[in-house]
Amino acid sequence: MSGAAYLAWRYLLHHRIKTLILVLSIALIVFLPIGLRVLVRQSAAQLTARAEATPLVLGARGSALELVLASLYFDAEPPPSIAYAEATRVDESSLAEAIPLHLGFRTRDKPIVGTTLEYFELRGLHVAAGRMLAVLGECVVGARAAAELGVGPGDALVSSPETVFQLAGVYPLKMRVAGVLAPSHTPDDGAVFVDLKTAWIIAGLGHGHRDLADAKAQTDVAAREGGRITAKASVVEYNEITPENAASFHFHGEQAELPISAILARPRDAKARALLLGRYQAPDEPIQVLRPTAVMDELLETVVTVESYAVAAVGAVGVATLATAGLVFLLSIRLRRREIETLVKIGGSRASVATVLLSEVVGVTLLGIVLAGVLTLVTSRFGEAAIRRFLLS
Amino acid sequence: MATAAFELSDIRFRYRGGDFELRVPELRLEAGERVAVIGPSGAGKTTLLHLVAGIALPDRGKVTTAGTEITALGDAARRAFRARHVGLVFQEFELLEYLSVLDNILLPYRINPALRLDTPARARARALANGVGLGEKLGRPPARLSHGERQRAALCRALVTEPDLVLADEPTGNLDPDNKQRALDALFAYADRSGAALLTVTHDHDLLPHFQRVIDFKSFWSSGS
Repeated sequence: MSGAAYLAWRYLLHHRIKTLILVLSIALIVFLPIGLRVLVRQSAAQLTARAEATPLVLGARGSALELVLASLYFDAEPPPSIAYAEATRVDESSLAEAIPLHLGFRTRDKPIVGTTLEYFELRGLHVAAGRMLAVLGECVVGARAAAELGVGPGDALVSSPETVFQLAGVYPLKMRVAGVLAPSHTPDDGAVFVDLKTAWIIAGLGHGHRDLADAKAQTDVAAREGGRITAKASVVEYNEITPENAASFHFHGEQAELPISAILARPRDAKARALLLGRYQAPDEPIQVLRPTAVMDELLETVVTVESYAVAAVGAVGVATLATAGLVFLLSIRLRRREIETLVKIGGSRASVATVLLSEVVGVTLLGIVLAGVLTLVTSRFGEAAIRRFLLS
Repeated sequence: MATAAFELSDIRFRYRGGDFELRVPELRLEAGERVAVIGPSGAGKTTLLHLVAGIALPDRGKVTTAGTEITALGDAARRAFRARHVGLVFQEFELLEYLSVLDNILLPYRINPALRLDTPARARARALANGVGLGEKLGRPPARLSHGERQRAALCRALVTEPDLVLADEPTGNLDPDNKQRALDALFAYADRSGAALLTVTHDHDLLPHFQRVIDFKSFWSSGS
C-alpha cells in the first residue's frame, strides 16, 4: 500500500464513526435509485408474468384493476358478484374455457378460493402431498399457506366468519385438507383452494342438516303442508361435510343464479379471443372482459412514473448529502491544518498531502459504492422472493 | 575548510504584509556543532529554523545546508532534500493521533516518495524507540502516551532518516525536568553518534551549558520601511 493510501486508511479507521456515517450516506445515495429500479423491474416482471399467464378475466363492470388484482392475486376486496350462468355462457359459446372463481372468504388470514379443477391445470399446479380435491368440503392448500398454517393432508381448516359481530352470519365450515400444492412462487402458494360448491356452502348458499322427512327429526319441523316441510329456526346445520352427512347438503335455488366473483377465460385461439372480447363491448353489458396484461401495464406505467419521481427525490437528497459530505470534508481540512503543516514541514510535498486527503475521499466513496453494490446484489438476489412474499402473497 | 552544517549569507526575510525584516548578514554552523538560539518571542528564532530547513525562502541571500544551496532548489527538490538531510523537532510534538507510535516515527517515509520505507528504516525506527524507552509502546496511539513519551516519539521521527542537521524548536518547552533530560540525552546521543549538527531554539537558560555556542537572536530583526 502506498504511503498516502496507508495514511488515509489509518485516518478512516481511527475516525470510524465519521467514516461509517459517510460510507452509509454514499451507499444509500447510490443504492436507493438503483435498488428502487431493480425492485420495480422485478415487481413488474412478477406482475407481468402472472398477468401473461392469465388470458382473459371476466367480471362485473367496475374497477378493472381491482377485478384483476382480486382474480390474479386474491389481494383486493372481492369484486361485485356475477351469476354462475356467465361462466356457462362463456363455455357454451365455445370460444373459451371458463374457470369460475369465488373469492372473499378466508381461513385465518389466508384467502379461500372457490374454483374448479381446470384452475389447477391453467396454473400448472400439482399436489406435492396428499391428493387433489375430490369431494365436497375438502380443500387443498398452497405450499406457503400450509407451512404458515402448519397443516398437511388429513388436518382441518375452519373458514372464518364473514364478520365477528354479525350474529345471523354464515357459520364457519370445517374443511378437511386433502392435499398440499407444490410451491409455484405465485400467489397460489398463499391460498387455500376449495371446490366452487364448497365455497357456496361456506357462503351459506348451500347447507346440510338432518333429513326433516325422517321421523326422528320431528322436533325440527315447524310445519308440513303436503310435500312441503318448513324447518324450525332451531334446526342444526352441519358445520363439517363428512361421508355420513354429505348427501344431506343441498342448494336452494338454481345453480346458474349462484354467485361467483370472476371468470378466468382461456380462449381456444386468437380469433376466439377477439370474438370474446367483442361480445362484451356493448355499453349496457353488465360484464366486462379484461386482458390482465393491459391492466397491469397501466398499473406499471403509474408505478414507473412514481419511480421516476422517487428517483428524482432521491437524487435531490443525494445532491444535498454530497454537498454536506463535501462541507464536512472541507471543515475537516481546516481542522487538520496543523497536521497538514507538519506533513509539509517534515518533507511531504503538497501533492503528497493532497493525495492523502484525496485517498480518504476516494476510500470513503469506494467503500460506499462497494456497500451499495452489495445491497444491490442482495436486492436482486432476494428482491424477487421478497416481492413474492410481501407484494404478491 | 570543512563542510558547514549550514551557512546563511546576507539573508533578508519579511513575512508577507509584515512590518519587520529579518536580516542575517552571516551565520554558519559547523558539522557536529551544537548551538542554542535564544532571544525574545518574535525575534525570528523559528523563522531561522524554517529558512535553514527550506520551509521558508528568504527574499534575498543564500542558504546552504549540508553542502547544498537550498535557495537554488525547486520546491520538490527542496522538500526531498529536507526529508533526507534535516530532522525537525517541534515544541508541540505534532504527532498524528490516528497513527501508532511506530507509524508516527516512520511518517517521513510515508509522506515523501524520495524516502524508501525499507527494512533498515523500520529497524532504525525500532532501535530509536528502544533507545528512548518506547520499545514496548510502538503500537499505541499518541493519546495513550505521557507528555515526555510523546516528545521522545517526536524525536525519533526527527532522527529516523539519519539527518545531517537537527533543528529543534523548543524541544523541552513542555517537559518536566526528568523528561527534559531524557529528551536532551536522546538528541545529544544521536548527534554524538552520527556527527550531525544540532541547532536548538530555547527559552530555557539552564540548557545553555550543554551547547558549544549560543546565539542571541534579538539583534537580527530590524524595523521595516
